[in-house]
Amino acid sequence: MQPSDLLKPMPEGLYCPPGDFFIDPAVPVHSALITHGHSDHARSGHHSVLATAETLDIMALRYGDGFAARRQAAKLGSPIDINGVKVTFLPAGHVLGSAQIVVEKNGMRIVASGDYKRMADATCLPFEPVRCDVFITEATFGLPVFRHPDDHEEIRRLMHSLRQFPDRTHLVGAYALGKAQRVISLLRQNGYDRTIYIHGALEKLSSYYQAHGIALGTLFPATLETGNKDDFAGEIIVCPPSAFSDRWARRFSEPMACFASGWMQIRQRAKQRGVELPLILSDHSDWDALTQTILETEASEVWVTHGREEALVRWCELNQIAAQPLHLVGFEEEAE
Amino acid sequence: MKAFSELIDRLVLTPARNGKLALLTDYFAQTPDPDRGYALAALTEGLDIPAVKPALLRALALERIDEVLFAYSYDYVGDLAETISLIWPDTGRTEEDGSLSLSAFVETLSATSKLDAPKVFASLLDQLDPSERYAAIKLVTGGLRIGVSARLTRQALANLGGKDIIELEELWHGLEMPYRDLFAWLENKADKPQNNALALFRPVMLANAVQTGDLDGLDPDDYRLEWKWDGIRVQVSSEGGVRKLYSRSGDDISGAFLDLLDAVDFEAVIDGELLVGRPGEYVGTFNELQQRLNRKTVSQKLQKQYPAFVRCYDLLMLDGTDTRSLPLTERRKRLETLIQTLDTERFDLSPQLDFDDWAQVDDMRKQPEHPVIEGVMLKHKDSPYIPGRKKGPWFKWKRDPHTIDAVLMYAQRGHGKRSSYYSDYTFGVWQDSEGRRELVPVGKAYFGFSDAELKLIDKYVRENTVDRFGPVRAVTATTEKGLVFEVAFEGIARSKRHKSGVAMRFPRISRLRWDKPANEADTLETLESMIETAPVD
Ligand SMILES: [Zn+2]
Ligand SMILES: [Zn+2]
Repeated sequence: MQPSDLLKPMPEGLYCPPGDFFIDPAVPVHSALITHGHSDHARSGHHSVLATAETLDIMALRYGDGFAARRQAAKLGSPIDINGVKVTFLPAGHVLGSAQIVVEKNGMRIVASGDYKRMADATCLPFEPVRCDVFITEATFGLPVFRHPDDHEEIRRLMHSLRQFPDRTHLVGAYALGKAQRVISLLRQNGYDRTIYIHGALEKLSSYYQAHGIALGTLFPATLETGNKDDFAGEIIVCPPSAFSDRWARRFSEPMACFASGWMQIRQRAKQRGVELPLILSDHSDWDALTQTILETEASEVWVTHGREEALVRWCELNQIAAQPLHLVGFEEEAE
Repeated sequence: MKAFSELIDRLVLTPARNGKLALLTDYFAQTPDPDRGYALAALTEGLDIPAVKPALLRALALERIDEVLFAYSYDYVGDLAETISLIWPDTGRTEEDGSLSLSAFVETLSATSKLDAPKVFASLLDQLDPSERYAAIKLVTGGLRIGVSARLTRQALANLGGKDIIELEELWHGLEMPYRDLFAWLENKADKPQNNALALFRPVMLANAVQTGDLDGLDPDDYRLEWKWDGIRVQVSSEGGVRKLYSRSGDDISGAFLDLLDAVDFEAVIDGELLVGRPGEYVGTFNELQQRLNRKTVSQKLQKQYPAFVRCYDLLMLDGTDTRSLPLTERRKRLETLIQTLDTERFDLSPQLDFDDWAQVDDMRKQPEHPVIEGVMLKHKDSPYIPGRKKGPWFKWKRDPHTIDAVLMYAQRGHGKRSSYYSDYTFGVWQDSEGRRELVPVGKAYFGFSDAELKLIDKYVRENTVDRFGPVRAVTATTEKGLVFEVAFEGIARSKRHKSGVAMRFPRISRLRWDKPANEADTLETLESMIETAPVD
């Protein structure tokens, strides 16, 4: 059996012929396995969806209950048989509910890791490396310049800035699913116990995280109806990054744009977006984590997708590991 | 090094002056000696450490990482220092080690020979994290380029200690790295450092431009009138055998004017205009003077061709006595006496002119008696010499209302033989609103300068680029740093098509004002006030 007999790229996404299912397809299909709730992986309109219970809930929160006709919850670590193909979901450490999908048949094992990170994160279960024949890795930060610093250190930079600029509203741009809750959780872990204000777009997901026992402390909607703009002086408001340029942002006292993203490693990126305090916080793997994970899986072949494939393919070549870019459509650069 | 690299990173991204000041003041308050002293030096005078060339840094990086991976990375990041700082392998550095301090970094490098510098520098990089490595690379390649002037840094120190910046500027040239005594004084732990250094810079008194109505109600008898000469304002400072020539912002420009300093045989501090030529015979144009500016040293030939002299305006110290609190008339008397003892080829007196009323002054400033005069100065007879630009005691009134000082904002590559030069310039003037100063673009110009000047501007643009859009580069243009152009034009009118609301006719660069601080360029208000006086046909 060739690896491509088990999984291969199709226009709709990564397809398993014997199992007759897709993983994270870009368009509606009959049967989809979804790694996690980010919109470039989880789309609505599939006939049946298999994903972790959390990912199914998150999809329902984002797309409404009718996002799929049939849905099945995958229990982490429990194999499921699909038309003779053994499928196992294992934690990916990316966001709440995120999973790698292990696909096995006739002694061939392929791991589709979805998005993953290796840094500890209190808001989701840690990544579990699995030995496999083929490892499919993301490469969002697949260049040796991406070296994510300690996340607690980054959060302390935010807290330091609050002391330096006690009159300015610190607007922290963070992706609505995962990053926002991680930022809040990190603030709490570092002793920040004031109310944290959140943009309306984060409310449902943050409540969902809290319902799952993730401690986010007191959150309050960042609306002005309740008072005047100076009420937010020196406070933290978490919002989707797109909100910086909305009229919404203008109502706060001397807003300071802070942006929590792996892209903030590159100074020009921060400058272009008018970010004053870049926080290098990523839910993806940095270069060192990507290469270390590839070694840990002991895979003899690596398929690279979702980002800067060429550098990681080059690294595999230098380390005598067969590698190829997997050109899948539908994944935009996950900017936030 | 962590606190310093964080400071550098944040300063670059903080646009507001107050924000920069807060960051600097906080850094100086939180950082121990001698680290903060080295940081202060790095931000102002520069550190005395061996330089490492970018090509060499690249070679050091390529010894450590695959060339192809490096190329992908550099291509993506676009900045060599940043690429190297990020890609450098983390060898042998554990979290527990704590990071290398800025002082250890500086002291290690300054004790290293030029030859060993690359090897030693590489071993230092091994001990730093990516953001610290970036700061380290910036330090050894020269030029932090973070849009922070030495003056702003001194302002932050003044804020730290609750002192007046003028007090700091007076002390400044006598202080030495790592400035322990300065910080001790600022933190009220010690007395003010004794300024034992001689021939220091004294902050300069500046004039305000005459605006409509300013002179109404002022008595002409209270004012003294002088020509405003078109050179550069300087200060000759001589004490105990130490002789210095300073620009009006306090930069030491002695090296380029040793011919002038050789003739200094007095104990005094004189405020005047630096010109080229021979007093009483010939005064050279600003262009001629420019042959001698922006140079570290000047050849004998240039010194002969463009001899420098000072036309004296004022006297700040004489034989160890501070004269600044005396009224102008008293200072002038002493200056007149002093002048008689000076080398007549190098010093003369700026004459005081007779006038009866303001209308006559208006005529005089429009038709000065010499081409190298750019207008007149009006000084209150009783005015003490007060550093800064207080409104009232001194006025300047320029000859040609059709010139403004504007700041270069964007540069675009030219066409034809200029296609490899940034030769088309968009310039702006200041607009103050709600306590913020912003530059508003008011026009474009692409002629009026010589080929030699074009080369200098092009170099400036390349070294001070902050952003790129296709063929256009945005250059540093803040209240702290920017290149000032004197722009001449034929007329000015209101315009709805321009964001600024004004449009100039035939603007051209009439002069490069390397000497002028960006913050002192004109305001949009001044431009608007010219609309009536300069009708567009
Ligand atoms: Zn994702
Ligand atoms: Zn993704």
